[in-house]
This record gives sequence, C-alpha cells and structure tokens, in this order.
Amino acid sequence: MSRYIATRALRGANMVVREADQLLKQAIAELGPDAKVEFTNTAYFLPVIYGFTGRQVTKLADLEPVLEEAKKLLHPVPKDKNYLPYLGETLDAGVASLLAMEAIEGIRFAKGEEPMPFNWAGKGMVGGSFTSPEFEGAGAGDGRLNGPIDDIQLRAWGIQLVDGRMPGFAAIVGCAKSNEVAVEIVRQLQQRNILVFLSGNVNGRSIIHQLHEEGVEMGYDTYIVPFGLDTMSAIYALGFATRSALTFGGMKGGQAREILLYNKYRVFAFVLALGEIDDLKYAAAAGAISYGFPTIADTVIPQILPTGITSYEHVISMPFDDIEGENDLERAKRLVQRAIEVRGVKIKITEVPIPVPYGSAFEGERVRRADMRIEFGGKNSRCFEYLRMRNMDEIEDHKIVIDGPGFEEVEEGGSMDMGILVEVAGRKMQEDFEPVLERQIHYFINGASGVQHIGQRDITWIRISKAAAQKGFNLKHLGEILYARFHADFGAIVDKVQVTIITDPKKVAEMLEVARKAYDYRNRRLADLTDEAVDTFYSCTLCQSFAPNHVCVVTPERLGLCGAYNWLDCKASYEINPTGPNQPIPKGTCLDPVKGYFTGPNEFVKQHSNGTVEQVALYSIMENPMTACGCFECIMMVIPEANGVMIVSREDPSMTPAGMTFSTLAGMAGGGLQTPGVMGIGKYYITSRKFISADGGLKRVVWMSSILKQQMREELQKAAEREGVPDLLDKIADETICTDVDGLLPWLEEKGHPALMMDPIF
Amino acid sequence: MSPNYQSMDPAVVALQGIAEEACCPTVFDRAAELKPCPIGSTGVCCRMCGMGPCRLVGKTDRGVCGATRATVVARNYTRMVAGGVSAHSDHGRDLARTLIETARGEAQGYRIRDVQKLYEVAEIMEVPTKGRKVEEIAEDVGRKALAQFGQQEGELIYLRRAPKKRQEIWRKAGIAPRGIDREVVEAMHRTHEGVDMDAEHILMQALRCSLADGWGGSMMATDISDILFGTPVPLNTYHNLGVLKEDEVNLIIHGHEPTLSEMVVAVAQTPEMQEYARSKGAKGINLAGMCCTALEVLARHGVPSAGNFLSQEIAVLTGAVDAMVVDVQCIMEALVPVSQRFHTLLITTSPKAKMTGALHIEFDEEHALDIAKEIVKRAVDNFPNRKAKVVIPKVVSPAIGGFSHEYLQYMQGGLHRGSFRPLNDAIIAGRIRGVAGVVGCNNARVPHDEGMMKVIRTLIANDVLVVTTGCTAHASGKYGYLLPEMMRDAGKGLREVCEAIGIPPVLNLGSCVDNSRILTVLSQVATEGGLGQDIGDLPAVGMAPEWMSEKAIAIGTYCAASGVHTIFGVNNIVSGSPEVVEILSKKWDEMLGGTMEFIPDYDEMIQAALAHIDRKRAELGLVPWDPERYGQSGGDELMEKILSLPPEQRYLYSRKVVEERVAEQV
Repeated sequence: MSRYIATRALRGANMVVREADQLLKQAIAELGPDAKVEFTNTAYFLPVIYGFTGRQVTKLADLEPVLEEAKKLLHPVPKDKNYLPYLGETLDAGVASLLAMEAIEGIRFAKGEEPMPFNWAGKGMVGGSFTSPEFEGAGAGDGRLNGPIDDIQLRAWGIQLVDGRMPGFAAIVGCAKSNEVAVEIVRQLQQRNILVFLSGNVNGRSIIHQLHEEGVEMGYDTYIVPFGLDTMSAIYALGFATRSALTFGGMKGGQAREILLYNKYRVFAFVLALGEIDDLKYAAAAGAISYGFPTIADTVIPQILPTGITSYEHVISMPFDDIEGENDLERAKRLVQRAIEVRGVKIKITEVPIPVPYGSAFEGERVRRADMRIEFGGKNSRCFEYLRMRNMDEIEDHKIVIDGPGFEEVEEGGSMDMGILVEVAGRKMQEDFEPVLERQIHYFINGASGVQHIGQRDITWIRISKAAAQKGFNLKHLGEILYARFHADFGAIVDKVQVTIITDPKKVAEMLEVARKAYDYRNRRLADLTDEAVDTFYSCTLCQSFAPNHVCVVTPERLGLCGAYNWLDCKASYEINPTGPNQPIPKGTCLDPVKGYFTGPNEFVKQHSNGTVEQVALYSIMENPMTACGCFECIMMVIPEANGVMIVSREDPSMTPAGMTFSTLAGMAGGGLQTPGVMGIGKYYITSRKFISADGGLKRVVWMSSILKQQMREELQKAAEREGVPDLLDKIADETICTDVDGLLPWLEEKGHPALMMDPIF
Repeated sequence: MSPNYQSMDPAVVALQGIAEEACCPTVFDRAAELKPCPIGSTGVCCRMCGMGPCRLVGKTDRGVCGATRATVVARNYTRMVAGGVSAHSDHGRDLARTLIETARGEAQGYRIRDVQKLYEVAEIMEVPTKGRKVEEIAEDVGRKALAQFGQQEGELIYLRRAPKKRQEIWRKAGIAPRGIDREVVEAMHRTHEGVDMDAEHILMQALRCSLADGWGGSMMATDISDILFGTPVPLNTYHNLGVLKEDEVNLIIHGHEPTLSEMVVAVAQTPEMQEYARSKGAKGINLAGMCCTALEVLARHGVPSAGNFLSQEIAVLTGAVDAMVVDVQCIMEALVPVSQRFHTLLITTSPKAKMTGALHIEFDEEHALDIAKEIVKRAVDNFPNRKAKVVIPKVVSPAIGGFSHEYLQYMQGGLHRGSFRPLNDAIIAGRIRGVAGVVGCNNARVPHDEGMMKVIRTLIANDVLVVTTGCTAHASGKYGYLLPEMMRDAGKGLREVCEAIGIPPVLNLGSCVDNSRILTVLSQVATEGGLGQDIGDLPAVGMAPEWMSEKAIAIGTYCAASGVHTIFGVNNIVSGSPEVVEILSKKWDEMLGGTMEFIPDYDEMIQAALAHIDRKRAELGLVPWDPERYGQSGGDELMEKILSLPPEQRYLYSRKVVEERVAEQV
C-alpha cells in the first residue's frame, strides 16, 4: 500500500459497508426479511460471501450477519503523521468492501434491478441467450447487461483457466481514454485468449458504452462479458474467481485463505483500472489484491512495487500519454503487455502455427539432399544460432523479424547464409541460462516435419525439404516455432521472446562476430566451472517418489546419473522452482579433496536420505559411492581380476564381464543403497576430470559397451589424451571383443592396458 | 559548557547542571571515576575458590590449581550466561505461577485477555482444548510451563517451534536443553572449582543453558504475558523525559515484570484515584515506564517511556517523580541516595529484591489490586512534598510501539493472507538486504545511546530492516526511529517495503524477554520458503552495541546457538583467551552456523554485520544487494498535490503534464 491508497481504500470501504447496511435495511422494510436473494443460475449462493464466510445467503435477512462481519474488518483511515501500519488493515477493509458490494448486488437482485438495464439499440448484441438461458428477461436484446456469470459458463471457462489453457482474465473497470483505445485494449486481450470482464464507469461513461458504440460484439462467445455500468458489478469477477476455487480446487465455503491462495497461484487475473480511480475502486482493488490480482492503472496513481500478496507488483501506474508509442493504439498495446507481465500471465502456446505438422515425432527425421529445397550451413554456406538475454523493455514479445531476403529466389537444392538470433527476457532469466536455452533450438526446430537441424552454435546446419516449402513453410515459421516453444517449455523463466532471422550476408557476418564472442565467453566460463571453482553443488531428489532414500549430488564435473541434469540445469531448475527437487548444497568444508568428501553434501545427503546414507565420496566408486535411483544411463562395476572397472550402457543388452547384463546389474545399483564397487552414472561423467578420480580415473576402464565408444568417441578421445594415454580407447574392450573375464584378461594383456600396471584397486 | 555526561540524549545532558547543583553524583560521574578492572574485563580473573582470586596476566598462564586462561575465561563466560538465564527464566516462572493463580481465580484483578493465544500455546504444549473451559486450559498450560523448569529429562517443549533443521543441529551437538533449572545448575556445577576443565566443553553447557532461556524461560514469559495481558498490536506512544508532567502525579514503573505494572496501570486510570490526585492538588496521575517494565506496558497500553537504563537516576533529578516503583533487574542501587536527595518515593515490591533505604511494599498476586492501589495512593500522597524546582526537559518523541510476531504476520496480508511472504520476497529480491536485531542495554563505559543509534542509522540506510527490544528500543524511540516517517532515512528498497506496509524501518518488539519474539519471527521467515531451511541460512545478524548485563550475554549466546551471527560492542570479555575467542567465532560457526563476537569499534561492527549479511545472500544464491535497483514505488506526495489543483486541471493521463501543472501552481 501507499498511505494515499490505504486512506482512499479505507474510506471507500467504510462508505460501501455503510451503504450496504442502509440498502439492506430499506430492502427488508420494503420486501420483508424473507425476500429471495439469488444470483443467476448458481449453486454457490453469493459466491464471494460464501467463500469468505461459509454463509449460504438465500434471503435478505441472511445478509445481516454478513455485514456485521464486514464491519469487523473495517479500520479507521491512517493519520497524517505518526500513523500506524495500514497494509493488513487495508486488505481486510478491501475484503469488507467485497462482502458489501456483493450484498448490494444481492439486494438489487431481490429488487429485480440486476442485471442492469442497457439500451443495446440494435448493435453489439450477441445473439440468443446472453447470460443464463433460464434467467427470465435475460439476453442482450432484452435490454440488460450480463450480471454474474452462471455456473455453466463457469465450468466451461474455469477449467481452462485453472489448467492453463486460458491464460487469465482481465477485470476492466472504468472507461478508456477513447473509444479507439477501448477497442484496441480489448482486441489485444482477445488475441491472447484472455477473458475480458467489464464494469464500472468514470463520470457515467463506461468502457461498455465505448465498445457498444464501436460495434464490438460482447458476450460469452467473444470472451467479453459486460457485468454492469458501476463499480459494484466488478464483484462478479471475484465471484467467478471464488467459484473457480470452489469448483476446481475442491475448496469449501469459509476456507477463505485457501481460496485466495488458490487464486494467487492458479488464476491469472488482473484489474485494469481505466480513467480516474475513486474511493470505491480503490477499496475494490484492495479486495482484489487479497486474491493475488494486481491493479494496473492508465492514470497517475501511487505505485506499490514490492511483491508478496501478489506474485509481482501490487499496483502499477502507467499514465496513458506517458507510454511510449507512435499513437494511442500502440500505447494501448503496451499497456496490455505490461498488465500481462505484472500478473505473470503465462502465454501458453499449445499449437505451433506453421503449415507443416509439428511434434517430437519428427525430431529424428532426415532431409536427404535429393529432397532438399534449401540448406543453411553445411559445406556451401554459413549458419549460426545465438540466444541472448535482454532487459524486459528492450524487446517485444512475439516480434519476428526477417532481416534480408527469403529463400524463394534461391534455386532448388541451393544454400544461403543465415543467422538465428533469439532474444529473451524474463524476470527470472539469467545470463547463465543462455546456453541451456540456446541448446533447445535444436530440439525445437527439429520438431517441424520436413525440417532438419544438426549441430549448434556456428556449426548449425538446417535443411528444409521441398515438401515443407511447397506447403508454404518459410523463414518466418522458424521464428514462430521458437516463439511458441520457448514460451511453452520455459515459461517459468521467459516472459518475452523476440526472434530475428538474418539472411543479409553482411549482417550475418556482423552478428556472427557478436555470437562468437559470446560462445567464446561461455566456453571460458564453462571451462572454469570446475568443482573447485564453485561453492555450491545441487541436489536432485526428483526420483524420491520411487527411490525415497536416493539423493543425487550434481557438481559441475559430475552430472546427474540420468544424464538429463547437469549443474547448470540444476541451477536453472532451482531458480525456476526454489522449493523444487534441485536445492543448492553449500559445499561446506572440504574434508578430502581426492575422494571428494565435503561437509555440505554429507549433511544434505544424510538428512535427505532419511539417515540411510551417512556420507558420500563424490569421486570414488570404492568408498561411499553415490547412490542411484534407477534412471542411470550407465552402470559401472569393478572387475577385480582386471584391476579396473567396466561400464555398460542402458542401450546394451549383452552379457558383460561382470557376469550380469545391464538389467540384472540395475537391481544392485539402484534403490538408493550404497554398494561399493557398483555405481550408476550419466555417460558424460566418463569424460570428466573427476571421473572416479580417487580410484585412478579413466585409465581404470577396461571394458565399455561399444555404443558408448561410438556415441562419445571425440569426447572420450580428448579425455584419454588428457589422462596421458592417447590410445586408451583402443585398449578398452567391448562386447564385440569379449563378454567374460576369461576373454577380457588376455586381451588387456595383449593391448597393454594401463589398469594392469596400476595400484590395486582394493 | 561541554557536558561531562557522556550521553547522546539531550534530556540527560540538560539535567547535568541540576545534579551538580545538588551535589548528586550519578552513574556518569561514577563511571568517569571508577575504571573497570583491566584484568576482570578480559575474563582472566578466577575467583571460583579460596586459593585465589588468581589473575592470569603477564607470564602467569595458569591459576593456583593449574586452570588455564581458556578454562578461566570459559568459566566466567558460562557463569554470566547462567546468571542471565536465571533472571529471564525466573521472570517466566513467576508468570507461569500468575497464570495458574489467575485460572483458579486466586489472582486479584487478573484475567485471560487473549484466549486465542492461549489456544495456540496450548496446542504447542499439547494441552487438550476441545470442550474445555478457558480456565482449565489456562491452568494446565501454566502447570506445563512450570514443569519445564524442573524437568530432568527429554527436551524443552518450545524447541519444536524452531525449524526442523535447527532442532537437528541442536540434537547433533548435544545442546538441546532438558529442563531450565537443570541447565543452570549444571552450568554452575561445571564451572565450580575442579570440575569441567576443557574450554570448548564448558562452553557447550553455556550454549545449552542459554537455549533454556531463549526457547524456554523467555519465550514462556512472552507467551504467558500475551495470554494474561494481551498480544500487542501497534499503537502510538512517546519516549523520553519530556513525558513527565509538571502538574500531575508522576509515577514511574521501573524494572522488568509486567505483573504488578499492569495492575498499577489499571488502578491509576480509575476515577477514584484520579479524584484522589486532584484532592492533593495534582491534575491527574501520569504513569511513565522505564526499562523493560516500560516496554511491557507500552506495548499493551501505550504508557509512555521516560527512558532507558542510564536515565533512571536522571529522571529523579527532574524533581517531578513522585514515586518510582521497581521490581527486579537493572535497578541501580544509586536510586536510593538520589531519591533521598529529591522527594521521590522509591518503592521496592518484589519478594526477591529489597533495597536498603527504600520503602518495601511486597507484592503478591492474591492482593495485586489492593497493593497497586496502595502504591498509587502513596505516589499521590507524595505529590505535595515536592521540594526542589521541577525541571522537565522538553524532550519527547512520538513513536509507534506494540509489534508482536503475530502482528508482523498480520501486517503482511491481513486476516486472510497474513504470512511472511512479502518480507521473504523483499529479501530475495534485494529490496531488503537483510534483517538485524539490534538489542541490548546501555553501558556507562560508552557514550549513552550513541553506538546503538549509529548502528541503526547505518543499517537502515543500507536497506537492513531492524527489529529492536530493550534499552535499544527505548533509544530508537527517543530519536524518532520508531516513526514511519523515518523511512525517509532508509535505503530505497527498504523504504518501498516500509511504505507498502506503513511501518517504521525499526520495529519495537518489546522487552528483553521478547527477544524470543525475534526467534519466532526468524523461524517463521526460515519456514516461509525461499531463504533456506534454517535460521542459520538467513541473511540476519544480532547486535548489542552497548550491552552490560549478564542477561545480554545469555541472549547473545542463545542467538548464536540458534544460528545467528551475533556481535557485541563495548569490550571483549573473552579477549584474555584467544582460544575462547576462536571457539565462540569459528568453532561455533562450524557447529551451529552462529557466532558470538565482541567488536568494540562501531564501524567495524557494522562492516562485519553487512559482510555477514552479504555472505548469507551469496550462499542462498540471491541477487547481490544493489542500493540503486529499487525505489520507484510511491507517489503519495504528488497525489496530494494533484488534489489541491482545481478539478479541470487534474490531467491524470500524463505524469509529466500534471507535474508541470502542480509546479505552476506552486
């Protein structure tokens, strides 16, 4: 709060509760205490009142205790000086206002004054039943506004809201700067599938009038619902939110805190306050904040930026004329964009809008030269991809720029230069995530049928098939794919995605220089990422659902045994979900640098393995080795006769010199138990400097599934050179050479495997 | 004239002349004359047996019995802890007894004010509540609380209020206290001549004993006070000697326990007593508090505070104090000669504490109201006896008091959404750099209030949210730091948070036993999520820049044991043994994630605190603090100005335009 807003909201709250009290007394005098109070076609009574108090209001007299409760939530306005704290008090008064506002609407229903009359005058009507079909006199043609949303529509929309298909709703209160602006705001929201609820006015003029004058169709079909012309009717938006929690969250009336938190985390709604804000609007906005719904105003008001009750800022002021933009339409667009950011509404794209089929099924598809329309990269041209982080105000979401000619002019089977520049922004985005996200481009683009992506960075190689090109696939669609998938897969850290496809050769060369500097920087940083250089490791307890005592300790030089999580991924995962399965483990004191004992991991593992694992040696298979869940890419096991270890891949069904196949070994290696001599690992750990470094490292490997040798030949070769045995790979046996110890030993002798000359492994 | 009174408080300095005129030396004069013992002040004087005292200085590195410096320093330190724990815990014990008597209807004038809190405490103590009368529950809670003192085995119940990880640390270290009295007794035993002779081991008992205070006696004292007298909520009050009134009967309640003072407050307000005061020529009865008693009645009734520890004699110098009622702790014996020199009636009330030369009216709960009446009446009767010229410095500052951990939660979301999420969010985002508990006494060896205020000023300017208790809370009030307006002196990020909630950047959490509220707050912050799992993970520090009492050492030790990096000022009382210094800092840090350090230099102390906060932020992977990142909230002032424009001039679609119009109008 600011004291100004608190003052006005508290004043508004006191006023509206008083008003409700008077109206109720009058109505009871007029209609009697038993006069029916009910909203259109709902099983949730007056839903906000029901949600907060558990009271099932069906007649006027039921409202009396509700207003008594509301009065208890009121507080005096803060003094000018030496004032007492006001935030909690204002939020309470906001709730009191909501109770009173809904009571007033209930009274109006009892009197037959709701939904509000409106002269549709033949335009802007939505045919048939406008609101509930059962409600007599409803329907636009009958000269009424919508009033509250009925349960049938709630079910249709609510489930989409809480499961994320529908990004959220905007409760617009007041009147836009002009009719043109009103239309543009609503169009911008519609485009994003965001529900639009309309209410309120400024000096008698409402956005409902504005849209009606411009012939905008309102109704359930167009996602635009005109509740009423005054602020009271804004309560229907919160009634909708409350019922979402009751219906889909399984909450009961009276579980106020749970209902509010459900809305904070599940229903992405915000208040867009257009035009001057009066006391009652401030009071209602305070009530909305309890639901986690922030307010964005297009006028000058105080801002409340710290977070907590809402996920992001509480109150934002964006005076309309001060918004950057060529004209009012652009300003309206920016206003909506900002509102979406403030609520953290995540735009979820389920369908990638391209003319060819899209899905992970197409990831492995190849485009042969004969079928190729065009290629970027490879022998005859250059192609690179580069993802970088920008500030929120530096890029525009969903902007896709083609900088240079398309490929239409290039002859069939030809090639051209291309650079893909992806720029992302997000509150939780960090420079460290850039390479992680950039690496995803490969998977994303490969998902399109008829498009092939190989390589990464400046050795990217993309082919587009003739068939895809014939269906109309062009460069812009590369941008569409990336936009959609980054939002869908990384929405938690990415709020904005802008894509530039560069084909102008000169510009490609320029940007390539920039990109190479970044690659270089990252290389150096990645090379720096040794276990010694960081002071935090990460845990992974993702698999505790089936291996409750297993804890992975992921370090820069030892990735998770499933191969899916390296240290940076865990770091990113922690950023994305601070209470999730990847928690930072401070290294603490290093107890033994060779075997890899640290106080931090020891304590963490002990605590999170429920005491079954006392300590863990990060760099040894022989002593307190790391446990495994069951998801390991490879299993390694000591072969005592050979004074070394063997590594079998999950993809290798053959017998091994250990006398067991992968699946038999898996029983020994998994389940969160420490078995010295046996360990489940991620395959890239084999190439790490820290690969069982306490036990002699890579030189100990005497046998390895051939598929690993093939898949990782380059990396393994480099590692072998680093270990000082450049021909090591040729000395490591595989299943094509032998599958038992008797076959293994003579072969090792013959090749002169270094393990035979090393200190005994035991 | 440059004052001899080493005080930052203008009210204190103003009265130095009166003291000189009356030839009445005060604590400031005595401190100037009597230097601290240079040997004892480093902790190396051993007087545990009749062979000594042994002073382990120079080449003497062992006592007659062979005790090393480390052993002697550790013993002295541990005995200070035991002394402090006894004081706080005995306070808690008396409140438990009062609760039982109240439940039985045997305590005159008392009732259960906060039933909700009773239920909460009952739940923690596993006292059944369903279908039972409030009195029955209260009696059981009181009995269970009382049993914690004599308990011999197991663990104190309140330990389970700490984050799980912290409980594990205590258990692993073997310092989870078994029973309050047992730990004090064992501390005394182990520090007796010829028992425990390993410094690290001796200090383990200091830790365990201190936890029996923070998570035992003190915490129960706070909870039971809330049950009996109400859980505080913010209210307006005033600080400093200017709260005394020339034309009213001034009655100062001084000491620590709220039991009697609550009754005095109730009695003084009755029309009967007010009328009686008028009959003696006074316009009314003016209550004012001092030390922790003040903070108890301030938090619950807004009774103003006349000052902190070093102001007690000075208040008498005004000639306006008709009676000063004291109970236990932090009461200077010097009050007897000073009050005799003036007209002040000094009344001792605790069965545990008499002062030669003072009037003793012994307090017991059974006759609480009657005794309170007699005390107030005596004060009124003394009004006509004023002899000296009344000089009340016109120094007073308004303040907000009455923060409890319950209210801290409420203020961050109201009845339905209250939590610590906003505070955690603010710390995570770097709006708030960290949290500091700046607490503790005054000490005549350093300029009065100067150190604590320097620390507080600097910390809030660096976006550190400060919570305070005890004499430091009084000082914060005296210099205006408990006012919301003071957020202007806070860093930009902290200011935004203060503005959002409407709080001062320094929150008064109450008396010394209410440091237990800080423990509860830290536990809640740690369990709210996003800032680790334990108090030790938080970017938080504890500081006592001007400490003096054994209670302070007990508090500092339980803070360290709870995972707080704790820094004390004034003098390093363990400097006689580098080994003990090392144990209190490094070893405790490794074992507990908390430390106890003595850094007399205030700048160094502040730097150490900020460095620790930044280190914890880095360990949590939080963004580094940046003083310029935030501060775009607000705009209240502009809104007020806009409202003064004629309606047609209020163009709200552009800040630029409307700002220009406002400027034109001015």
